[in-house]
Amino acid sequence: MTSTSTRDLVSQPYKYGFVTEIETDKIAKGLSEEVVRLISAKKEEPDFLLQFRLKAFRHWLTLEEPDWAALGYPEIDYQDIVYYAAPKQKEKKASLDEVDPKLLETFDKLGIPLSEQKRLSNVAVDAVFDSVSIATTYKEKLAEHGVVFCSFSEAVKEHPELIERYLGTVVSSNDNYFAALNSAVFSDGSFVFIPKGVECPMELSTYFRINSGDTGQFERTLIVAEEGASVSYLEGCTAPMFDTNQLHAAVVELVALDDASIKYSTVQNWYAGDENGVGGIYNFVTKRGQCRGDRSRISWTQVETGSAITWKYPSCVLQGADSVGEFYSVALTNNCQQADTGTKMVHVGPRTRSTIVSKGISAGRSSNSYRGLVQMGPNAKGARNYSQCDSMLIGDQAAANTYPYIRSQQPQAAIEHEASTCRISEDQLFYLQSRGIGFEEAVSMMVSGFCRDVFNQLPMEFAAEADKLLALKLEGSVG
Amino acid sequence: MIRPDAQLLLDIQDLHASVEDKPILKGVNLQVRAGEVHAVMGRNGSGKSTLSKVLAGHPAYRVTGGTVRYRGQDLFELEPEERARLGVFLGFQYPVEIPGVSNLEFLRVSTNARREKQGEEELDTFAFEDHVHDKLKVVQMDPAFLERSVNEGFSGGEKKRNEILQMALLEPVVAILDETDSGLDIDALRIVAGGVNQLATEDNATLLITHYQRLLDEITPDYVHVMAAGRILRTGGRELALELEQTGYDWVDQELAAQGVA
Repeated sequence: MTSTSTRDLVSQPYKYGFVTEIETDKIAKGLSEEVVRLISAKKEEPDFLLQFRLKAFRHWLTLEEPDWAALGYPEIDYQDIVYYAAPKQKEKKASLDEVDPKLLETFDKLGIPLSEQKRLSNVAVDAVFDSVSIATTYKEKLAEHGVVFCSFSEAVKEHPELIERYLGTVVSSNDNYFAALNSAVFSDGSFVFIPKGVECPMELSTYFRINSGDTGQFERTLIVAEEGASVSYLEGCTAPMFDTNQLHAAVVELVALDDASIKYSTVQNWYAGDENGVGGIYNFVTKRGQCRGDRSRISWTQVETGSAITWKYPSCVLQGADSVGEFYSVALTNNCQQADTGTKMVHVGPRTRSTIVSKGISAGRSSNSYRGLVQMGPNAKGARNYSQCDSMLIGDQAAANTYPYIRSQQPQAAIEHEASTCRISEDQLFYLQSRGIGFEEAVSMMVSGFCRDVFNQLPMEFAAEADKLLALKLEGSVG
Repeated sequence: MIRPDAQLLLDIQDLHASVEDKPILKGVNLQVRAGEVHAVMGRNGSGKSTLSKVLAGHPAYRVTGGTVRYRGQDLFELEPEERARLGVFLGFQYPVEIPGVSNLEFLRVSTNARREKQGEEELDTFAFEDHVHDKLKVVQMDPAFLERSVNEGFSGGEKKRNEILQMALLEPVVAILDETDSGLDIDALRIVAGGVNQLATEDNATLLITHYQRLLDEITPDYVHVMAAGRILRTGGRELALELEQTGYDWVDQELAAQGVA
């Protein structure tokens, strides 16, 4: 095809692939009950949390790693992973001035300035480095509204009653293999609490950075919105380039009480491995929201572009009457990436509604599967679901699959499912080119057109970012 | 309008081209000067659509011999998008649909790519809206089409109007219109032809590729070329088109047979 199109652009470097040299407090590799106790002790946790971890660990020992996903990867040696690593720094940071400047620099380089002068206006950020929260901005301002936004560890110390009340109530410690593992060894993450009637005054965001090469990453995020509260939360993720694989097994739990609303957006850009599939993150994540209250709403928006392996199904349990669940997803795979991702919408309460919009883009030799469950329980009278799953293939070596599962025990529930597959054709590209639009720009225009329904759901400032990220990831993949 | 001293815009010499290794063009010669309107006629399979695709740079067509100079520059050294930015325009016989890409945004990006090349200022969203609304009049197009995806769900006539709208925005130096009249009813044909006539100046040129005389009732060509078996068999004035209308293409077969081609 055209001379500018192909290989020289394929190897577009991953620009977040650097490693920060920093001293860490690391425990020895391997996993045992002793290690679980050690993590809990290092974090000076209350007994209920230690018991939660131990129960999870004992259960994990009885489980087998799931193999039903359309994913292929070498066996993971769980004894060859470090389960606790934290950058060495003063125990408690009174202010940002005490945070290691190297860490601040790292986040600056990632485009997430944490220092007072350069902060993103109207976005509060919790920065997590190798599973340890290093700083949270705008905490005081949020506290004025009664909003708690802090690292998970801090929340355990300062709001143990909230943690005890909600932890593991959406994703129980024996939910699945990776959730059990996370429950046993999780290190840190974010905690958000929006009290009754409060509309969170700014966007909340957690930025996850993996730095170590041999450390597993096990974050835990818990977001609770009380009656009538609302919040919009965004997570971003990057990692250095290593030629080994790093395991990332996070758990996210959302709880929405009566009339509450939680919007959770993800832009996932973990390192995906090189063009031959060497290195990259194994991303096994359990994300679930519970619309516990009547008329509550939980919305997941995800833009998945990184990771060698993605195993992720952000779900909604629609318990409250008239509650609403939404899932908007763009999953892009290139080179040798594999993604098996989708959602579960479990309709329990009457008149619950859910919407699923999934856009999968596969380029290179990658494989991209949508897997989704829509379940209508016996009491879900008048419930409705609408699902739309579209796949776009780029090139002739990529694969796209759709696995929709539908279970209904309620005759008065409505379920709609639409699916399509398309390919960017030579004629479409030529048409755009013959109007003066460059080849790469033509591809990215078509891809972003394909993803528009999902990007429209992202917070404004991130929608443009997501668009650019996709264009970057696809450079040179057509031709 | 024929002016012998006008600038030579397109100079095609002994052009050969293939699709999937099948030779289609077998020695096309054609010179187009500023201010001229050329009609290329011929039956299906004569190579006239291939000529238009080759000039625009479609990747499926391989040039196997000959040269094309566009305003003195080797056309084949330029990527399709570069040709477009420099003023070569192809109006498609079958404009493709591009779902999800807003027509307005597409027109804006395209117009700006051409403007940038001409050293003109880029138009922002607001400036472009004003600009495009002026041009809509050329083809009497409903502004609602701007809000839709490129050509998606457009009728045949609407697609062709959208092509001429693009031509109006890009202000090409050489416009090649491939069977622009096909699939149009007489009213739509008049609107499209009217647009083409409005856009013709003494500085640009138009190459109409057509089957039928009826487009030439609306747009008067300075030259008519008859293509057959990958070459231009005969060139004349507009009376040649009228003659074809009456006698059909049978003489073409006889002429080719006489030359030992067919």
